[in-house]
Amino acid sequence: MKRAVFLAPVALFALVIIAFAAGLGRDPSRLPSTLIDKPLPVFDLPAVRDGDVGLKTTDITGQPRLLNVFASWCVSCRVEHPVLLQLKASGVPIDGLDWKDEAVDGRKYLVEQGDPYRLAGNDRTGRAGIDLGVAGVPETFLVDRRGRVRYKHIGPISPDDWSGIIKPLMDRLRAEG
Amino acid sequence: MTAEIGQFALILALVLAGVQTLVPMIGAWRLDPAMMAVGRTAALLQLLFIVVAFVSLGACYVTNDFSVALVAEHSNISQPLIYRIGATWGSHEGSMLLWVLIVALYGGAVAIFGGSLRESLQARVLAVQGLIGAAFLGFLLFTSNPFTRLSPIPLDGAELNPVLQDPGLVFHPPVLYTGYVGLSIAFSFGVAALIEGRVDAGWARWVRPWVLVAWIFLTVGIAMGSLWAYYTLGWGGWWFWDPVENASLMPWLLATALLHSSLVLERRGALVSWTILLAILAFSLSLVGTFLVRSGVLTSVHAFALDARRGVYILGIIAAMTGSSLALFAWRAPVLRTGSLFAPLSREYAITINNLFLLAATATVFLGTFYPVFMDVLHGDKISVGPPYYKFTFVPIFILLFVLVSFGPVLNWKRDEMRRLLPRLRWPAGLAAVTLVVAAAVFGIAHLFAALGLALGVWLIVGAFIVLARRWRIGQVSRSDMFGLVRSTPLAVWGLVIAHAGLGVTTVGITAVSAWQTNKVLSMSPGQSVKLAGNTITMVALRPVNGPNYEANQAQFDVVGAFGRSTLTSERRMYPSSQTTTTDAGIGVGILGNIYISVADQNPDGGLTVRMWNHPFVDWIWAGCLLMAFGGAVSLADRSLRVAKVERVVVRPLAAAAEPVIP
Repeated sequence: MKRAVFLAPVALFALVIIAFAAGLGRDPSRLPSTLIDKPLPVFDLPAVRDGDVGLKTTDITGQPRLLNVFASWCVSCRVEHPVLLQLKASGVPIDGLDWKDEAVDGRKYLVEQGDPYRLAGNDRTGRAGIDLGVAGVPETFLVDRRGRVRYKHIGPISPDDWSGIIKPLMDRLRAEG
Repeated sequence: MTAEIGQFALILALVLAGVQTLVPMIGAWRLDPAMMAVGRTAALLQLLFIVVAFVSLGACYVTNDFSVALVAEHSNISQPLIYRIGATWGSHEGSMLLWVLIVALYGGAVAIFGGSLRESLQARVLAVQGLIGAAFLGFLLFTSNPFTRLSPIPLDGAELNPVLQDPGLVFHPPVLYTGYVGLSIAFSFGVAALIEGRVDAGWARWVRPWVLVAWIFLTVGIAMGSLWAYYTLGWGGWWFWDPVENASLMPWLLATALLHSSLVLERRGALVSWTILLAILAFSLSLVGTFLVRSGVLTSVHAFALDARRGVYILGIIAAMTGSSLALFAWRAPVLRTGSLFAPLSREYAITINNLFLLAATATVFLGTFYPVFMDVLHGDKISVGPPYYKFTFVPIFILLFVLVSFGPVLNWKRDEMRRLLPRLRWPAGLAAVTLVVAAAVFGIAHLFAALGLALGVWLIVGAFIVLARRWRIGQVSRSDMFGLVRSTPLAVWGLVIAHAGLGVTTVGITAVSAWQTNKVLSMSPGQSVKLAGNTITMVALRPVNGPNYEANQAQFDVVGAFGRSTLTSERRMYPSSQTTTTDAGIGVGILGNIYISVADQNPDGGLTVRMWNHPFVDWIWAGCLLMAFGGAVSLADRSLRVAKVERVVVRPLAAAAEPVIP
């Protein structure tokens, strides 16, 4: 009997640890299901570049493509930028969403760093970012030809991320027809 | 170069921590003095190398070395020097470095000041402390290396979260961690005692000062965090039941319990295994808190970047350390000597009840904090509990606990009698009753709960001072005899009185601000006036100002009240680097309450949205915490003397006997 009392703490503790271990894989803040396989939220953003058309949800269709959320003040975006330029050179269509940024700064950023985007819109207030569930920059959405989000990448895309995760997905979307 | 020095120092510290774990443990088993001595040397060297690593990281921040990834993420060219220094521990990696630094500091302190401990006990304590250090140095090096380089090197860094750019960051984490992580030493003492298979009054006498030091820092650290939240979050809240606040509150509750139970162990030789269990649990909750902040199982304002790998590693450490120590407890504790018995009405008994209440309070906080995790695992629901849960669970437990607090110090050890006990409490009980009636009459029955809170505060404060009154025999002896009694009052008694009174002061503050705070939200332009709680508040100026790394809209207010006139400045700050805005509230501090003004964005019509509060007695909350900590410090001053005195008497007989020493 007395032994059992002394064993109680270790037994209770084991239960707690099991619960924690089960809880570890679940991310309480990220709900990946909200946008995956759903259409992009509706937005219509003014242009970043001079004499450009901006970025509308209805334009992000037709073929599988990437929607990259960036900002001129974001250091990780500068790390990611060369990868995006390479992707553009290899023919991957990328649209840019300039998040919580002045259009002037976004424009300067693209002039200085190079411009990987087909369409680019300026989300100065961050409103479209809220609808997209953007938590920080950079983030990249893989959108299929019907305008549905199929994958979301958080943080800068490294060459490994591209060849290991995103490119295979994109190839599959292309094959889906 | 600096980063590499830090990196190598950390690796060396890890190796030394391994040596510190193995060699003295084997040495204590084989009773080999040379091997046991290695523990002390290794502890000091480990401390030295961690200090080198810490200083290296600090130097990288001070010089803005953006080739270090951590620096590039948390500092930039315009960030003021003080916040570059603060940023050293403002990130996950940096704060873990602070963590291991404090583990090593306590280890080093035991190596230096533990010379009069039984040698095998000291060796085992150092070995366990070394194991904790090794586990977390490994965590740091393998999952969270602060010295990782970045390529290409950015021209400028990102920014330390602007909310953290506050003097609070410079003091709060180091102080809090000194308390929080300091409980590791209680854990080490507990595990070492279980390995040795003997616990005696000497053990309690040794472990108490360490627990007291950790408890003092933890108290001040929690109070600082609360004060910081109060003035930066822009609406004057001072406690949010945020998971991370709870993570520091739970170890504090158990450390408080431990402080009292180890007193019983020291004085009466009782509560042996209970005290050891508390020592293990208190530090385990520190570990759980570290897990909680860094694993992403819960969302919190304090949470660091999510990384499941880190969560798995820390969970592994907790499972291994707490699991094995609790298993050791289950195996060894039943055979430990239990000390003398005590009657149901005695000081020992009162402290036991106090411990049970503190444990129950800890359990409710634990359940509330991790409820979302448990629910998610069991049902897949995303639910969390808020302040109402704590109001109905934690608060009633604490009210009962507070009622009990004033009983303990006036009870005799071993046994007491009810009919003698009650007259001793006539003053605190009488004054509390008067307070209750007067407050209920003045503020109305609607505020009965608040009246009860004030009465509790009076009960605690008067109950603390009655200890002195009894000791000095006020009214029973002549003035000169009383003077002698005042002079001979031990510092430990003073400490008790100050700490318990502090608890009462905090209770009054919490009650008053919860029940009687008032606020106004309005759009104001310069020249406009408004009345709030007997004060006339006028906006006198509104202008843009520039800080070192922010732009701000600054409003000046003229506050005219019953106690004179003052000027308050409130700012809305915008940090361009991270596009974040923060609020710098204008606070008029007074002993009877604060006027708190925070400004928001400018309205289209040119007016400024201004929120203003009257927070009656809010500063009493933190003043009470400081009193508690001060009481602890006073008590500690006494203990250091007594430890020195006792050890001369005790060292020889204790080396042979494991009997509880009853003074």
